[in-house]
Amino acid sequence: MSQPAFWPLTLILFLPAIVAFVLSLPIIPKAREELIRWIAVATTGVVFVISLIVAVPALGGFGGAMFSVGEPDMQLVVKMPWIDAFGIEYLLGVDGISMPLVVLTTFLSVLACAASWNISKHVKAYYVLFLLLETGMIGVFVSLDFFLFFVFWEAMLLPMYFLIGIWGGPRREYAAIKFFLYTLLGSAVMLLAMLMLYFNSDVTLLSDEQLVAAHVVSPQLQAAEQAAAIAELRASGSAVHSFNLLALAAIGQMPNSPFAIAKVFGMNLEVLAFLLLLIGFVIKVPVVPVHTWLPDAHVEAPTSISMILAGVLLKLGGYGIIRICYPICPGGGLELAWLVCGLGVVSMLYGAFAALAQKDFKRMVAYSSVSHMGYVMLGLGVWSAVAGREYAWESWAQGVNGAMFQMLAHGISSAGMFFMVGVLYDRVHHHNLDEFGGIFGRMPVYAGLAVTVFFAGLGLPGLCGFIGEVLVTLSAWNYSHVYAALSAFTVILTAGYILRAIQRVYLGAEYRGPHEEALTPLTRRELAIATPLVFLAVVFGVYPQSLFEYLTPSVNQQVETLATWTRDVHDAEAAVDAVQAARDAALEHVAANSGVSTP
Amino acid sequence: MNPASFLTPVLHDTLQVSLPLFRTELALAATIVLVLLVRMLPGLRRLDSGGVALGGVLFAAWYAWSDLRSLPGSPWLVGTALPERVELFTGLLVFDPLTAFIRFLLTGVLVLFSVFTRITGIPDREDAADFNVLVLGATLGMCLMASANHLLAVFLAVEMASVPSYVLAGLLKGRRTSSEAALKYAVYGAGAAGVMLYGISLLAGSLGTVHLPTAATRLAAIGRAGFPDGAAMVLMLGGLMVGVGLAFKLSAVPFHFWAPDVFEGASAEIGGFLSVASKTAAVALLVRVALGFGMPAPASEPVPQAAAISVAAEDGQARDADRAGLAPVRSFTVAVIALLAAVTCTLGNLGAYGQTNIKRMLAYSTIAHVGYLMMGVAAAVALAGANESLAATAISAVSFYLATYLFMNMSAFLIVAVLRNRLRSEEISSYAGLVKTSPGLVVLMGVVLASLIGLPPLAGFVGKFLVFAALAEGITASAEGSILLALLVVGGLNTVLGLFYYLRVVKVMTFDPPPADRPQPSVGLVSLSGAAITAFVVPIVIFGVFWSGLYTLARLTGGLFPD
Repeated sequence: MSQPAFWPLTLILFLPAIVAFVLSLPIIPKAREELIRWIAVATTGVVFVISLIVAVPALGGFGGAMFSVGEPDMQLVVKMPWIDAFGIEYLLGVDGISMPLVVLTTFLSVLACAASWNISKHVKAYYVLFLLLETGMIGVFVSLDFFLFFVFWEAMLLPMYFLIGIWGGPRREYAAIKFFLYTLLGSAVMLLAMLMLYFNSDVTLLSDEQLVAAHVVSPQLQAAEQAAAIAELRASGSAVHSFNLLALAAIGQMPNSPFAIAKVFGMNLEVLAFLLLLIGFVIKVPVVPVHTWLPDAHVEAPTSISMILAGVLLKLGGYGIIRICYPICPGGGLELAWLVCGLGVVSMLYGAFAALAQKDFKRMVAYSSVSHMGYVMLGLGVWSAVAGREYAWESWAQGVNGAMFQMLAHGISSAGMFFMVGVLYDRVHHHNLDEFGGIFGRMPVYAGLAVTVFFAGLGLPGLCGFIGEVLVTLSAWNYSHVYAALSAFTVILTAGYILRAIQRVYLGAEYRGPHEEALTPLTRRELAIATPLVFLAVVFGVYPQSLFEYLTPSVNQQVETLATWTRDVHDAEAAVDAVQAARDAALEHVAANSGVSTP
Repeated sequence: MNPASFLTPVLHDTLQVSLPLFRTELALAATIVLVLLVRMLPGLRRLDSGGVALGGVLFAAWYAWSDLRSLPGSPWLVGTALPERVELFTGLLVFDPLTAFIRFLLTGVLVLFSVFTRITGIPDREDAADFNVLVLGATLGMCLMASANHLLAVFLAVEMASVPSYVLAGLLKGRRTSSEAALKYAVYGAGAAGVMLYGISLLAGSLGTVHLPTAATRLAAIGRAGFPDGAAMVLMLGGLMVGVGLAFKLSAVPFHFWAPDVFEGASAEIGGFLSVASKTAAVALLVRVALGFGMPAPASEPVPQAAAISVAAEDGQARDADRAGLAPVRSFTVAVIALLAAVTCTLGNLGAYGQTNIKRMLAYSTIAHVGYLMMGVAAAVALAGANESLAATAISAVSFYLATYLFMNMSAFLIVAVLRNRLRSEEISSYAGLVKTSPGLVVLMGVVLASLIGLPPLAGFVGKFLVFAALAEGITASAEGSILLALLVVGGLNTVLGLFYYLRVVKVMTFDPPPADRPQPSVGLVSLSGAAITAFVVPIVIFGVFWSGLYTLARLTGGLFPD
């Protein structure tokens, strides 16, 4: 069975890890720091180029793997057996939701790698860990097997712990362990949900078409082989459990789904599992009240790692919610829509207010991330919120598309903001908002770029931050006027703290802090990092269609499927239950009146 | 009665049935004799007793492997398969997949341990013979623990494994802590053994037998009668008292107090041996006793002709009836094991927080890991009543965990011992800044500790995943679902609890600056000790990513339950 996507995807995924392993061997002496830096940048560069060639059809595809834009289903699927005993597979694939995130990851990795040039402590170890981290991040986005997803999810923790803990600021140890603890708690909870879902799943409940569509039986097989494989699955007569995310989603959305029937602690499994998974993911997003690791981690992490943290790691949470929580546990999503939306709005407001109160520049940017990711939560949340049961899926789709766009835009703008803060820090070695000023006069090119990036973060029309926010706010109106109003109000707060920061740092007559002499213009390397970020912030703001081309087909298909599910499965079952309950009540009434006790 | 008519079947049972399946233990016993002889005979005194011991152990390990791979269902089968379950020595011991697997693990530990002690140089030449005899003797006892089928054999095996361990703990003769450790261990051990023996006598009194399969049948009969005349009280008391002895061997809370002292007082080598081998045997014994009372024994073949103390094989119908009759026993066992497991795991992890000595910390870590293993046993017992093939999965999970645990703890103690030889210290703080001079060693230690935390893609994660999977499966499939759900939650939270103290060691080695007054030693990986450590650690990574093979091996222990 030939799988054209095998090498391209595997290369994107494991090339960083392989280079990391080779670097860790004593082949290249530690002292050749410049060489090690170039190897790392070259690796991330190659990975980025491959992912770009795969993602953009105009570039002709890589080794026979070409992403077809506009195709909503999973593409470039790679399927290899891994652990037969549990049906765990090396199952990779991308669709319109994950492909842009993969490219964002590889793109930011190149920039962050280049931004690490001034790391001078343990250079070799730094790049080894950095490359391992990249493999972990890409792995989460391309895994279609829950076990594999979990492995990559956790594999990121240790590199991140060291990257913050060794190369971070003064309180780095505290920040590193806090990050690790929060995320590990989330993963432990996620593991529980994963196991419960696995043991309640049964792929033999699916129809033959669904089995093929979910890649339980590979569609690349001949029809006869497919039929044989399906027959083999059904022959056992007992339940066949699966970690396949697509199959789990199909099982979760079928009528009388085992996830909806099974009860744990008196709760429907789909509600409980949704809640547990949500806890695991929102810690990563992060939302209030589990966000407290983020400001610490951001402030202490070196610039390049802050870029990765804000640009990619936070997106993992949002991605998990859209890829795992909703499709697999739609009932839970519907029931807990108020929670998801509420968390989103609370994060938005709290993050914005907290950002307003910060005296530390980097901490302010960190809180702005909390606020911006709140939009993502709200956008994803309105998805399951059906206004008046009209099944108007267009409105949900708008919210989800907005959330996805917000994730990508925030990946660009927040990475940019952290880089801009880092540029200043490298020169004057402080983050104190009150001790800046007059940067425009001293570093005009830098200040121009920085202000553009901060405006993108603010959500100024014409820049990338605007599109996501406005779509989310509009779609929230159909769910709750209050939420929409609050989310619009947050825009004012955002403007407040961003403008305040711009005024304190860039404007003003003179610089008021230490190391004034160090304020030199941008180096060419810094310019090379800042320019693409600014460029993309403008492009996505002016021509958002470039991203929506990728996002919309997959998002709309998923939303439409779930909207149909709400009408045909959820509400239909609820109606049946209601009829049943009414009949029971009537029988009771009759029995009571006739004086005969019912058994 | 004609003595011949009695002797012939016994002779047949011993020579034809029992001894061939007992050759691993025989090889160990022969090695002990050989090591002693080597020291006594003048011409052989120059021989290295460690080498002799290693040779004998390799033989034993080969036998153990041959038995293991000849189990029914094994993909490595050569020739005819061994029977699924055979009672040895008229029912005192039993040979089944669990016996074979644990024996293989134990002899495997011995092989690694021989390499370990050669590299770290404890014991010295003078003590080597004593040391090897004691280790071999303890392992022999542990092999018996894994195959005990009779409470008397349980007691004898526990004592046989314990007594050499007491001496081993006190091997560093000149050190006060070592003597204290040995004394504490011996006193605790004696107390626990006494209580256990009393429990056995209570059970013997109320059941009329201590042969586990027979006892299970009697127990089922009493259970069907609804435990009349206060029988439940005596049986529960007896069971709990036997449990005390097991908990001592497992170092389960609240019988764990000896473990930190013994691990700290004894040398790191002995710590590694006790934490791996003795726990492996103890977990196997727990499985034996818990399932022995909780489940009617599967048909044993061939049925011993000297059936004086054994019951004839039951047919399927009687077995099902017995299984139903034993339901209350299982519930009780599950509740007790689950409670102990939850407490052991949590207190083990919490106890490790404040430790400044790495061996004490590893002792508490061992206690915590025993907790996870007991969770798996609880799941197995709970599932056994509902669905035996699922219970087989749970037993396989425990077996897999034991196998990975072997590599993890052996590596950890080996690194501690190597560092002790260079640093003359076992304080965690003395490892400060080690990454600057010995980066390779620190990376390997980091891998070991990450695996102990349970981070993928390392073997420790897979073990934990399998145990949690067994618990999750039991939630809906078994009668004790709510207990297992609680265990699953406790286990998940404990993973997070464990993070702190394991990571602290890594933190000290990497983040902290090295001491200013003396340089940290440099342990390269291109040295004998470095190579050995690498060889111990590489399986942790391999079994974390490609665990199909090892899992297939562990699956064989599921043959404990007939289809």
